[in-house]
Amino acid sequence: MKVVAQHMGDALVIRVDQDRIDAASAIQFKDQMRQLTQTGAPRVVLDLAQVAFIDSSGLGAIVAAMKGLGPAQKLELSGLTDTVKKVFRLTRMDTVFTIHSDLPVSLAKAG
Amino acid sequence: MTLHQSFRRQASHVIAHADALAVRHGLASLFAQEPLTCLSDDLRGTAEIVMAEVLNNIVEHAYAAQSGAIEVSIDLGENGLECTITDSGAPMPSDDLPKGKPYALDQMDDLPEGGFGWFLIRSLAQDLQYARFRGQNYLRFRLPAHALVA
Repeated sequence: MKVVAQHMGDALVIRVDQDRIDAASAIQFKDQMRQLTQTGAPRVVLDLAQVAFIDSSGLGAIVAAMKGLGPAQKLELSGLTDTVKKVFRLTRMDTVFTIHSDLPVSLAKAG
Repeated sequence: MTLHQSFRRQASHVIAHADALAVRHGLASLFAQEPLTCLSDDLRGTAEIVMAEVLNNIVEHAYAAQSGAIEVSIDLGENGLECTITDSGAPMPSDDLPKGKPYALDQMDDLPEGGFGWFLIRSLAQDLQYARFRGQNYLRFRLPAHALVA
């Protein structure tokens, strides 16, 4: 599981450089998210543009990552591909997260 | 020759010593075969969501104590994909399929981190049938064409 974190302004952008977050990688992903978000960045944007597939374990790991944030931190999602979007829609998790179709312009410029 | 005649209408694969990584590789092998390669991206995505949940559930529950093989067979018919999955693990509790009930999303502190699997399967698959026969679990379902196109 390869994830890359980069500070952009007040946000920590975490890009998943992997084509799936599934049962075989969910625990590792969860651990990496916990380590990367420990810096306390108030805004964490998870860039999923490279992720073509997610299963329920991967979805659970993203929910766990959000619940593991401090009270002053917020997790946003960006770049959901079609199948990933479908999983979020069917489970209604699209109502729980702030989802950007692409990285917010302010952050993309900063990068 | 029409498209329908030119591709194999059935894909099958056996995942030996099933664990989460073997499931990932098994899915890749299945989805590299016809007729799954001939489906739209949307159809393939739906089929992979359902298939991944079914196979991961078998690994986590039926084969919780001891791993074994999972046999997957997918037929493309007029009404969509007919899927049959067989394993030799523990039977379903009460010999029945989990309900996959919806869950509350209003408690941010208490959001579910699991339990989405059967909810996803039941949202997308139709005619779910389960049978236990001679020490094996048989799960059959259909991914209807209209749901696949949605």
